[in-house]
Amino acid sequence: MASLVGSRVERKEDKRFLTGKGRYTADINLANQTYAIFVRSPHARASIKKLNIDKALKSSGVVSILTGKEIADDKIGGLIAGWAIRSEDGTEMKCPGNPPLAKDNVNFVGDPVAVVIAESLAEAKEAAEKVEVDYKVLKAVTSTADAMNGDTIHEGIDKNLCFDWLLGDRQKVKEAFDKADKVISIDIINNRLIPNAMEPRACVADYNAASEEITLYTTSQNPHLSRLIMSAFGNVAPEHKLRVVAPDVGGGFGSKINVYNEDIVCSWAAKKINRAIKWVAERSESFLTDIHGRDHVTHAELAVTKDGKFLGFKNETIANLGAYARVFGTVTPTYLFGPCATGVYEIPAAYTNVKAVYTNTAPVDAYRGAGRPEATYTIERLVEKASMELGIDKTELRIKNFPTAFPFKQTLVHTVDSGDYVAGMEKAKQMADYKGFEARRKESEAKGKLRGIGVTSYFEACGIAPSAAVMSLGCGVGLWESAEVRFNPTGQVTVYTGSHSHGQSHQTTFAQIAADELGVPIENIDIVHGDTDKGTFGMGTYGSRSLAVGGIAIVNACKKIVEKGKRVTAKMLEANPEDVEFKDGEFIVSKSNKKKTIGEVAFACYLPGVRDEMKSPLPEGDEPGLKETSFYDPSNFSFPAGTHIAEVEIDPETGHVKLEKYTACDDFGRIINPMVVEGQVHGGLAQGIGQALYENAEYDETGQLMTGSYMDYTMPRADNFPEFNIGYTCTHATTNPLGVKGCGEAGAIAAPPTVMNAVIDALGGQEVTMPATAEKVWKACKNLKKSNAKAA
Amino acid sequence: MKDFNYHSAKDSKEASKLASSSSAFLAGGMTTIPSMKLGLATYKDLIDIKNIKKLSGIKVSGKSVTIGAATKHVEVSNSKDVKKAIPSLSSLAEGIGDPQVRNRGTIGGSIANNDPSADYPSACIALNATIHTNERKIEAAKFFKGMFETALKKGELIEAIEFQIPEKSSYQKHPNPASRYAIVGVYVAKHKGDVNVAVTGAKSCVYNDKEMSKALSGNFSSSSIDGMDLDSSEMNSDMHASAEFRASLVVTQAKKAVDAC
Ligand SMILES: Cc1cc2nc3c(=O)[nH]c(=O)nc-3n(C[C@H](O)[C@H](O)[C@H](O)COP(=O)(O)OP(=O)(O)OC[C@H]3O[C@@H](n4cnc5c(N)ncnc54)[C@H](O)[C@@H]3O)c2cc1C
Repeated sequence: MASLVGSRVERKEDKRFLTGKGRYTADINLANQTYAIFVRSPHARASIKKLNIDKALKSSGVVSILTGKEIADDKIGGLIAGWAIRSEDGTEMKCPGNPPLAKDNVNFVGDPVAVVIAESLAEAKEAAEKVEVDYKVLKAVTSTADAMNGDTIHEGIDKNLCFDWLLGDRQKVKEAFDKADKVISIDIINNRLIPNAMEPRACVADYNAASEEITLYTTSQNPHLSRLIMSAFGNVAPEHKLRVVAPDVGGGFGSKINVYNEDIVCSWAAKKINRAIKWVAERSESFLTDIHGRDHVTHAELAVTKDGKFLGFKNETIANLGAYARVFGTVTPTYLFGPCATGVYEIPAAYTNVKAVYTNTAPVDAYRGAGRPEATYTIERLVEKASMELGIDKTELRIKNFPTAFPFKQTLVHTVDSGDYVAGMEKAKQMADYKGFEARRKESEAKGKLRGIGVTSYFEACGIAPSAAVMSLGCGVGLWESAEVRFNPTGQVTVYTGSHSHGQSHQTTFAQIAADELGVPIENIDIVHGDTDKGTFGMGTYGSRSLAVGGIAIVNACKKIVEKGKRVTAKMLEANPEDVEFKDGEFIVSKSNKKKTIGEVAFACYLPGVRDEMKSPLPEGDEPGLKETSFYDPSNFSFPAGTHIAEVEIDPETGHVKLEKYTACDDFGRIINPMVVEGQVHGGLAQGIGQALYENAEYDETGQLMTGSYMDYTMPRADNFPEFNIGYTCTHATTNPLGVKGCGEAGAIAAPPTVMNAVIDALGGQEVTMPATAEKVWKACKNLKKSNAKAA
Repeated sequence: MKDFNYHSAKDSKEASKLASSSSAFLAGGMTTIPSMKLGLATYKDLIDIKNIKKLSGIKVSGKSVTIGAATKHVEVSNSKDVKKAIPSLSSLAEGIGDPQVRNRGTIGGSIANNDPSADYPSACIALNATIHTNERKIEAAKFFKGMFETALKKGELIEAIEFQIPEKSSYQKHPNPASRYAIVGVYVAKHKGDVNVAVTGAKSCVYNDKEMSKALSGNFSSSSIDGMDLDSSEMNSDMHASAEFRASLVVTQAKKAVDAC
């Protein structure tokens, strides 16, 4: 039987998605359901003087209106930060309370203060307009860079500082800098982004008064984790009385990791009114209240010798958390950022210092890449600048500082098990025709255009797990993953996974893995996920962990099935279990060549007896049935890496940047389905290039979101991109049995510095901030013209 | 969205009879519906004009192209007749918004709305258009009054727009990367007598840039406007482009348009 792993198996999920048969949360309608509309703060910072619902209550169709007071009275808990981070001075981070409905203070535009529940959506909207809130408007803090000088947003949190964290050794870094021939320094801004999943957030909450069970259908990347948080911290219901279902989910990118206000409020309120409640975000609510991403202000320095050896690295960053610290809010700018900020290089001494600040803006949390795009942008912009200042070719300078032996003990935290960075660089250069660039630059010049080339070599730590490691760093939960593989008596297989699929194609790729492990046709394998009533538990999908953690749990559960199958076969064929081999779905006794198919074995396990004979196929100690579970906790993160190369052409008269070529050469370890990986790379690149050239979430100084719709927030479109040139090198991860590494975030991690390095190269080294909009680039072109004229 | 009454008019007469101070005509709905949905506008009555046969269609005569007010952008961009007579007009239509918008939005709705960054108003100015309404004929130069303001009276219905066929013309838009409306769009048309340089996006309302028109009427070459330093004091400034950048773009896009003619 040919192996399915590694082939372009068509997606099992496409039939339903392409024929409009997907079942998203908004598609779910329950009998007698009501509709919720949230009354949200129009101010970025205010105290609530009075909230009057009398008029609204009289509005037609209103079932109930609940406010921060009721939720506090019922002792429903608030939203939480999932990671505890300690400051350099040893103090614990400071987090404000974040009630699901604000009672006393609102801290960003969109912060909900009440929920209006009515018989119809139109009635709920109408009534919501009649809720009167008397706000005392306070001066908002909105700037990341100045947040520490602003008014105190949360009582008791001085300088709006959540923590002041250090990773690395300042003294060693100082010594390294003292020895340097040259110090390259850079000031950069990592622009704030809005994830913009295609499906807006939604939830439908139901309460069964007889079983006292709440069921919440919600747009989540991790239903089990959501249930845990809602139960343990939200006090919504005990875990066994709370079922969380995340059906088809139309994209998450990190924005659907969090438990949100609406999830808690609707679940709690459904019980209170004893009716189902449906809430679906409008796009403008998504812009305002989905978590945002990035938003760093960084000063970084690289100490180098004159022949280009890196000696030391400093990174001083202010990270904006927004109004509240949420699930991955505090780890994203620390452990997901700091360790990767030294990049793919051997740098003997390094530190990263992060001051995480609160502002009156939407909470900032993990968005595709989470911390690693910010890290990669920092080091790769710096290295590119070093190559310009040292006059060393950008690829040579990188190669000079690559590690050549693996495992590679990276400066700050990670031990990278495998990789071949030089091979990746060489292949990328070839794919991009790096050598031919100068000729292409001349051609562009002849047309009056500026052309630039940019390179990025990255590695990232994903497959986010080892529980012991993450919990030692402050994570509130273990990050293992579970799988259950269940045979039916007639031989088909259902695989329950704790990973969630919202665009990752698990239904296909996980089935490929199980098909290979069990020798069962892929049509006979179903992947079930997204429901806390189905499957044991799972930590969910983010940090490119589904395959490297969730996938391995499936492999391990399959291996347990095979082990049992060997024992059963041996009993049935009267052989030694050690003599039974398993291949392509058959258990073969090596000595006699007698065999049983895995289907026959499954059947025997469920029907363990024979007519007229007192005989069981089950060896002593084995129970009937064929079902195995694995909880897999890996020994390390996984470390994809690669080199990307971009070429841009700039029209100096309009400042328009045209991305001419984009080459991505990645090492994702073993690839399960090249078609799916291409999709992941394309999507990541689109978002990464979007950050570099188009996307920007902008607040004005009063805290109003200026880019609150697609009229002003530039979502990239297909015609913004060239045909992507994608290739791979492959070193297998040594830390998991499949040798896989994870591919979901690489594009978003590598693309921003790659594109910006190209833009800045075209601009003769002049810095522009992301996104490199026409006007910024036009101004830089004018400066370039002036300075060229001066030089001439 | 607040409740409203929906009417479908069978002819212009009925449409204008139904109109009141709290009504709007519904053509493509691409502006009206979103503004109602966002609560920016409320109407008691929407009067659908898409079913009025007379308002749709394209006619080309020797001198002019006449487009019915309810003709959709996609129909203009696909029309062989328009492509032949005024190719720049069909490519303008092709560059409006996205396919969904072009499949519904209409030329009449666009010019009645007179968004300062809409594309069609520049075509009307550059191509010396005549706006035919159910009551009168209005010259384009007198039609666009200011930001979202036109010479239309309440209940007056645009029936068709008649464009003069130029010798040469080109429309060059620097789009807002998010919405794809014009940050600056410049429509250059060379007629027998003179040249029009109509500019949209730059100011609160579309206008004919006299200085450039004059320079190009003298010498129809981009060199005659190269380096022109336009006064930016009345130009729009927003997070997508400063007034200074817009002023520069007007010249750049005009040059491009001339070169493309
Ligand atoms: C996402 C998006 C992107 C867009 N991008 C662009 C762009 O790039 N360039 C651009 O130019 N436009 C753009 N538009 C606007 C688009 O061209 C609309 O079609 C146009 O503005 C309105 O036309 P409509 O037919 O939809 O009018 P409607 O929304 O139906 O009506 C608009 C107004 O015009 C009035 N009206 C309509 N027809 C008549 C008539 N015959 N006589 C008198 N009054 C009338 C109505 O009463 C109403 O007040 C965009 C719109 C959207 C939603």
